[in-house]
Amino acid sequence: MDQQVPIGVTVNGVRHERAVEPRLLLSDFLRHELGLTGTHVGCEHGVCGACTVLLDGDAVRSCLILAVQADGHELVTVEGLAPPGGGDELHPLQAAFREAHGLQCGFCTPGFLMTLVPFLREHPHPSEPEIREALSGHLCRCTGYQGIVAAVRLAAGSAP
Amino acid sequence: MKPAPFAYHRPATLDEALALLAEHGGEAKPLAGGQSLIPAMNFRLARPAVLVDLNRVAELGYVRAGRDGLQIGAMTRQRAVERSDAVRSAAPLLAEAMPFIAHPQIRNRGTVGGSLAHADPAAELPAVMLALEARFRARGPQGERWIPAGEFFTGILETALGPDELLLEVVVPKSPARTGYAFAELARRRGDYALVGVAARVTLDRRGRCQAARITLFSVGDGPVLAAAAAAMLDGQEPSPEAMRAAADAAAQRDIDPPSDIHASAAYRRRLAAVLTRRALARAVERAAQASQ
Repeated sequence: MDQQVPIGVTVNGVRHERAVEPRLLLSDFLRHELGLTGTHVGCEHGVCGACTVLLDGDAVRSCLILAVQADGHELVTVEGLAPPGGGDELHPLQAAFREAHGLQCGFCTPGFLMTLVPFLREHPHPSEPEIREALSGHLCRCTGYQGIVAAVRLAAGSAP
Repeated sequence: MKPAPFAYHRPATLDEALALLAEHGGEAKPLAGGQSLIPAMNFRLARPAVLVDLNRVAELGYVRAGRDGLQIGAMTRQRAVERSDAVRSAAPLLAEAMPFIAHPQIRNRGTVGGSLAHADPAAELPAVMLALEARFRARGPQGERWIPAGEFFTGILETALGPDELLLEVVVPKSPARTGYAFAELARRRGDYALVGVAARVTLDRRGRCQAARITLFSVGDGPVLAAAAAAMLDGQEPSPEAMRAAADAAAQRDIDPPSDIHASAAYRRRLAAVLTRRALARAVERAAQASQ
């Protein structure tokens, strides 16, 4: 049973075409096929949030989607946040995480960022309860979340 | 940790999807949003030989306010329901429950039909649909049929659907006048499965007495539980705090037989059921009274 399905996906603005086994998860496709290892794999059952990416602009768990299902869709991973060109410039949200100590080991960070990008688009001036609720689909074992909440407030220009 | 191999089909139409299910019989599993099936496959708790991916069957994704009530296509994303004005006005109980389903990232993919057909006893949607007396339209090789919510859920992860049948649509009938509703659940963290949850719908008569109450609880048994004893206690009664407390106690003591597990003891679940039902009834009655003015 080695069915191979041809797929075409756009990731961070770049078109990729591959043939994949149907059981390949989108998270593994991004990491192993495309070498985009910024998307992290934690629990692989949709709880930890580390593998969150944008699918057609919406935050989704890439471990709960098959790569074949992304065929024809547009993805953004954490590698797509900073301005292209490979310089030192960060996305404002990434800069806020650095500034406000929103990360320590960094394993969970890409997932948080990918959830927060659409969240801040919809809630440009979120309250703290709204921020905490938005973060609830992510686990962080280092920060105790305080720095992450502060980073979101900083990015939203609503720092206390 | 990866799914076991399977043959993959992605039909573009409902007819193709049904033909594939008929062809493969019990070997095939429909894939809706995949937010329960894929984790089960990642852990190899589920090893379907064939997956029929419904995500390209565009005809199953819609929310419409129809003459008979609110129609929701089985492949409608939960997030779309959460954001739908039609849902908010035609089925406010459903709108109130949506944000409690897992996390936004899950609701962006998860579907209404997928959650109902999966029939997790701790899931919100089955209990809400049972409270709202929804009807489910299913189609298989034998043709189409309607299944009332009360007959749809048959056990833990079990429904009345046959292996070659697909859930196509849910219809939520219009609520009578002077009706209020409320949804409540308790989970240890936002987005976790609830330890106990409750959906309530109360209709008052012209004198402000309870004409009909419908209360469902979840995460307390093999599926959503209709709290019939509690509802019967309210029939024709003045919805006083005492009457609602007595009904809530009846729901907790007589209508449910909750399990003990690592998340909560049976006794704690009964206690939660009483408290949450009391609060939900109070809010539902208040809203019904507002709707009566």
